[in-house]
Amino acid sequence: MDVKLKIWRQKGPKEKGGFVSYEMKNVSPDQSFLEMLDDLNVKLTHEGEDPVAFDHDCREGICGMCSLVINGRPHGPMKETTTCQVHMRTYKDGDTITIEPFRARGFPIIKDLVIDRTSFDRILQAGGYVSVGTGSPQDANATPIHKDESDLAMDAAACIGCGACVASCPNASAMLFVAAKVSHLGLLPQGQLERKERVAKMVAQMDAEGFGACSNHTECEAVCPKGISIDFIAMLNRELSKSKLSGVS
Amino acid sequence: MKLDSKVPGGPIEEKWDQHRFDMKLVNPANKRKFSVIVVGTGLAGASAAASLAELGYEVKSFCFQDSPRRAHSIAAQGGINAAKNYPNDGDSIYRLFYDTVKGGDFRSREANVYRLAQVSNNIIDQCVAQGVPFAREYGGMLATRSFGGAQVSRTFYARGQTGQQLLLGAYGALNRQIRAGKVKMYPRTEMLDLVVVNGRARGIVVRDLVTGKIECHAAHAVLLATGGYSPVFYLSTNAMNCNVNAAFRAHKKGAAFANPCYTQIHPTCIPVHGERQSKLTLMSESLRNDGRVWVSKKVNDNRKPGEIPENERDYYLERKYPSFGNLAPRDVSSRSAKEVCDEGRGIGGGNAVYLDFKDAIARLGKDVIEARYGNLFEMYQRITDENPYEVPMRIFPAPHYTMGGLWVDYHLMSTIPGLHVLGEANFSDHGANRLGASALMQGLADGYFVIPYTLGHYLASTSLEEVNTSHPAFAEAEGAARDRLLKLLGIGGKRSSDEFHKKLGRILWEYCGLARSEEGLKKALQLIPELRGEFWEDVRVPGGIDEFNQSLEKANRVADFLEFAELLCYDALQRDESCGAHLRVEHQSDEGEAVRNDEEYAYVAAWEYKGPGERPELHKESLEFENVKLATRSYK
Repeated sequence: MDVKLKIWRQKGPKEKGGFVSYEMKNVSPDQSFLEMLDDLNVKLTHEGEDPVAFDHDCREGICGMCSLVINGRPHGPMKETTTCQVHMRTYKDGDTITIEPFRARGFPIIKDLVIDRTSFDRILQAGGYVSVGTGSPQDANATPIHKDESDLAMDAAACIGCGACVASCPNASAMLFVAAKVSHLGLLPQGQLERKERVAKMVAQMDAEGFGACSNHTECEAVCPKGISIDFIAMLNRELSKSKLSGVS
Repeated sequence: MKLDSKVPGGPIEEKWDQHRFDMKLVNPANKRKFSVIVVGTGLAGASAAASLAELGYEVKSFCFQDSPRRAHSIAAQGGINAAKNYPNDGDSIYRLFYDTVKGGDFRSREANVYRLAQVSNNIIDQCVAQGVPFAREYGGMLATRSFGGAQVSRTFYARGQTGQQLLLGAYGALNRQIRAGKVKMYPRTEMLDLVVVNGRARGIVVRDLVTGKIECHAAHAVLLATGGYSPVFYLSTNAMNCNVNAAFRAHKKGAAFANPCYTQIHPTCIPVHGERQSKLTLMSESLRNDGRVWVSKKVNDNRKPGEIPENERDYYLERKYPSFGNLAPRDVSSRSAKEVCDEGRGIGGGNAVYLDFKDAIARLGKDVIEARYGNLFEMYQRITDENPYEVPMRIFPAPHYTMGGLWVDYHLMSTIPGLHVLGEANFSDHGANRLGASALMQGLADGYFVIPYTLGHYLASTSLEEVNTSHPAFAEAEGAARDRLLKLLGIGGKRSSDEFHKKLGRILWEYCGLARSEEGLKKALQLIPELRGEFWEDVRVPGGIDEFNQSLEKANRVADFLEFAELLCYDALQRDESCGAHLRVEHQSDEGEAVRNDEEYAYVAAWEYKGPGERPELHKESLEFENVKLATRSYK
């Protein structure tokens, strides 16, 4: 099949960007979306043009490196699917596909479709861990954890840190990302000691990075490739209130 | 070059404990005076960087991804082994040790494997303390499942995302040290070369992938935790950017490369669908707990799976290996798949076999299967557009993990003093075949529980002069690295690096893949230099050096694969026996099993670089088996 691409091209962080159109012929429906872009880049290389820069790595939906807003939706049209797992059979012959980077103040563009997401790392550095050093902790089975609690913690821990939640949000809020980590650790006994400080520090860092606040659009949940529920945002708000009330600033 | 494994004396159970006492320590107050470079932030790299920083060392950590959390350990699905014996099913440290040595077809170093089994239990404790949400039973205790090559249930898991959860644990520990100022993190930064001063590893040359700037970093020791080299086959289960550069540059600077021909071809991957495919996707080995592998008894059978009656199906793993059945080890399972496909009994006569859950669904119900493997089934359906709850999965072996790597001694130090190698990047623990759920175990063992001791011993027992990046060795390495990149940019040929990479992959898959022969390997050794010659004349790398340039990154990686592939074939050629994942067609039993030659080949093949275009020199570390009796591996 043949498709028409409209791709955001931008030479560098401070350059002006714009859409450029490309025609792709004989696309196989079994190809993945990124394999189609690989073909475009081989073609551009042959023609002496600059290939399109885009981030990708594992191509199996777990590393969180791929991004892209495809026809207005982060990670493309499929529910709970990263861009790298979208296949061309999703599209029809003659379709026009618009491809843009994730856009947010906290995610500056590096080149074309590549963005800088180190803001997410800094949020986690602020407190997204249990402060236990390498050594000899107690036996792993010494503290039983209810299966339901553990499963719920795992639901939150499944976040791949891709940033689709931010890209989909009208406020460019990173609340779902922060909520996932706060909830994961807050639900487990190991995370209790630092619970109040953790949420305060992570939210402060999130604000400092220029991400907005949640106003319940729920777009983030709809596009999250791991299906992380906005219930965790409610949990985050509750954790933050408790933290504030207990005097942690 | 002398290979001294430095394995301590004494009974195997006591070696590591005694050695921990014998090794020298760095005074707590002095640790901050030592700087350490860690390249790679997967399980081995992140756990090492965090643990060393906690001890007080000044650590610099490098990764080429945009965040340390994206290293390819993240993609490991199935689980991590430990000898906890929680299910009371007969496991022990000794059994894990024995299974791993046997699983590796008796080509690994006993002492290293025993230590691995010993610290396996600490790893689980450590990860739980970090908040890793392992699967649990209703009583709140940790759940386990079985993996290939073991008859006990010792694999801990977090759904189908065990690697992700373990890596996020190590990344959390790393983040804590970054926040504390003890680790300086350099994401989107790729190592171009190792810097050796007075015979010791003292730094690296890196390129900032965002600005293109080339920089040098000096330290008292360098740790490589840069993963494996499966993408030398082009199509593999590895991430697109995994590469051999760091390890191969270290090899060129004097580090011996051990057993490069031990490459694991994983039996359960989604089959190749077309010419334009960029990667292969693994379906976790855990699926073989409940899935049954079969093909038709007839050749070129074009019927749909549902139309093939039970008595015309060949559940070949259950038939050939009744005691392990579908959980036969990876090398054995992959070879059996190739065998039935070569007979023309693959699906429709092609290269694929069925992995069928029909019986498990009938026995346990769809809900149970969904709870166990739901995310894997979804992934399969997204890629293939087929519903594995209704029709059996189609699978075929694909390049996955590489047991070979830089040679290291018991201290994880390479043949270059000061250069330590951790995780998949080294060669030490898995012999000629790695068992499932042992990669995560080894990466974390090296990083959390081995290197914090052995690196301290190196630093405390070595007198290291002050070296900074103004030493001429840095300028020299930096200049050479820059010249090479400029050369790539200046060729101005017609073809992209990807096209060369695909060609290289086809050569290796054909002549150095699942089955290897003297004739085929000699052919490959002729084709690879030819292709490399074409590459350096006809590759086209757009863009410049001082900018974000993914084409340049790729070309630089493919250039090294084109050299490294030759080393891989030399190794496969010299090893004139079959063992583990390395099958030489000249040496197989009537039933197609690998036939080892212990008298002549019970050694580690460690290769020394001898200069461009020169044949590398082979050195041998003979393997002594004092505890495990060398036997024909049987899973029947």
